[in-house]
Amino acid sequence: MPARPNDMPTVLILGAGSDMAVALARRYAAAGHTLQLAARNPGQLRSLEQDLRIRHRIAATVHAFDALDFDSHAAFYQSLPVPPDIVICVFGYLGSQEKGQADWKEASRILHTNFTGAVSILNIVAEDMATRGKGTIIGISSVAGDRGRMSNYLYGSAKAGFTAYLSGLRNRLWHSGAHVMTVEPGFVATQMTQHLKLPPLLTAQPDQVAADIFKAAENKKNVLYTKWFWKYIMMIIKNVPEPIFKKKKL
Amino acid sequence: MRKNIANWGNYPVLDCEEVSFSMEEQLAEYVDAHDNVIARGNGRCYGDASLGEHSISTLRYDKALQFDEQQGIFECQSGLTLDQILDIIVPRGWFLPVTPGTKFITIGGAVASDVHGKNHHSEGSFSNHIVSMNVLTGKGLVTCSPDAEPDLFWATCGGMGLTGVITTVTFRLKKIETAYIRQKQIKAKNLDEVLRLFEEHKHCTYSMAWIDCLQKGDSFGRSILITGEHATPEQLPAKAARAPLTLPKKMKLTLPFNLPGFVLNNFTVKLFNALYYAKNTKRVIENTVPYEPFFYPLDAILHWNRGYGKDGFVQYQFVLPMDKKDGLVAILQKISEKGWGSFLAVLKTFGPQDDLISFPMEGYTLALDFPVRPGLFPFLDELDALVLQYGGRLYLTKDARMKERVFWDSYPNAQRFHQIVKEWNPNGKFRSAQSDRLNIQFA
Repeated sequence: MPARPNDMPTVLILGAGSDMAVALARRYAAAGHTLQLAARNPGQLRSLEQDLRIRHRIAATVHAFDALDFDSHAAFYQSLPVPPDIVICVFGYLGSQEKGQADWKEASRILHTNFTGAVSILNIVAEDMATRGKGTIIGISSVAGDRGRMSNYLYGSAKAGFTAYLSGLRNRLWHSGAHVMTVEPGFVATQMTQHLKLPPLLTAQPDQVAADIFKAAENKKNVLYTKWFWKYIMMIIKNVPEPIFKKKKL
Repeated sequence: MRKNIANWGNYPVLDCEEVSFSMEEQLAEYVDAHDNVIARGNGRCYGDASLGEHSISTLRYDKALQFDEQQGIFECQSGLTLDQILDIIVPRGWFLPVTPGTKFITIGGAVASDVHGKNHHSEGSFSNHIVSMNVLTGKGLVTCSPDAEPDLFWATCGGMGLTGVITTVTFRLKKIETAYIRQKQIKAKNLDEVLRLFEEHKHCTYSMAWIDCLQKGDSFGRSILITGEHATPEQLPAKAARAPLTLPKKMKLTLPFNLPGFVLNNFTVKLFNALYYAKNTKRVIENTVPYEPFFYPLDAILHWNRGYGKDGFVQYQFVLPMDKKDGLVAILQKISEKGWGSFLAVLKTFGPQDDLISFPMEGYTLALDFPVRPGLFPFLDELDALVLQYGGRLYLTKDARMKERVFWDSYPNAQRFHQIVKEWNPNGKFRSAQSDRLNIQFA
């Protein structure tokens, strides 16, 4: 017997325009959750909102949220119709490593979207959840944060910071009854990665990742690698001795 | 990203740049900035119709936009697939007005191919049920319907994406009371009998026949005719009648790799066909089945196309006018002589249709698979000559190899289609490997 919609926790998705966010929204909507969809250009979320209502008969609202406009984050959170029970931080910016090496504007956009912006909004969410003594924060970090590589260490270092932030936040909020889950996806076939040549066997579809996240969050997992084998791949990569690692073109 | 792409037949494999979009602005921007683009849905056309220098995948443009549950009107973006639409509409008592033999196609593909189903003789092809649609043409985004910009509308239905990228489609659904089909299977000893059975059963909503192309003599064209009607709740077993619009969940099988080419040979195909025919021990079988095995028997095995090996296969589907039964015999004879019959050949009758460029016309249509092998293409050229001789034509959605002249000689409105495409796609921006092969834009 499915729970009645008003018994179901409300889910806020930050960065709801991305392929992974769409997959997550559909997964949570399928389970009957009310959704709050937030992105820089909320007009672009209207079709997703319609889609979720039609497919799953749930209520969804659309909100403007700019990860880089730190000063607006408190007002954004205040303006939500109800404080969310589950917050999923999906937004990110891969950017161009090569460009970012020479161009601070690109580098700072990578760092501020993936790290500072996420910290800014999640600080606010965390304060609220700590006060309420409940809630779940799901942060989508990346395996790229596990070890810096020459091909994407700007993105990787921002995600490494985000992973460390989530780990600390998990530690803090456990004491007040809220849960934090770190998600480390490997390759996912999305528009963010469509210009990259990804190995098909290692690449997940967004809906597989969303299903993994949904299940892991239900089980209050702390750190989720998805697909599962990335945990072992990263274990190996993290353990390659630095004298060898630095000579590779990775 | 550039990569090798093939559609369902795994032939041809072409090096294309594939991009996807989830917002209309992204699509418009990309189309503005590039020449030689063609929309691609779920890759279930068989040949090269959606392959080109730049393939624009619609699969992320997949939102349901409107569902009027009283009137049965549905609007969605072009990348939404039929299986997802069915998941939404069937539990609420609606069904697709027309569906081909797979549900893994997008709505954009359904329109661009103007797909037909087992109900063509009674309810027409997909275009018959479209209220309106939006197309990003060479002149910008245009709304069209049978009344508004009818030229664009009819050149887009069955037009293989050459007028532009279909962005949204609004269409009418069909009311159902259950998710089940009352099915009847009748064995026919030969071609004459099955054609007579088609005639006798033309009042049925759905009908098609599986035909064994390898039989000769008295059994030439032996078949199983399958007809169906949407079941009423009273016709269901008690357990199913409790939730008549819900189907039990099923496991999906998949063929994880290409079978070696030799697995499908004359002997195994003959064996399969014999077993398929023999499994119906009675002449007539009537039963009630969920809609999925009725409409989509092969969808139960994901990637069944890999069964034909890595060289791929072509599906050859033609239609002949109703009075050209001798043509059907001639073509079947040629196939049976050659002994290159396919696993499943499907025969069906079409009702009247006379659209600009859509495939169906009143008559018989036969679809067969042929694994790609030396000598196949010259053989198919010989079949083409027969199809032309008897006033028929080939389905562009299945086509991977027809010669330019065959297209221009067999589609009576080819010239008119070419002119309308030129009007909406003035610089030939939207073009595919198929449209180049058939020389549709630049003739």
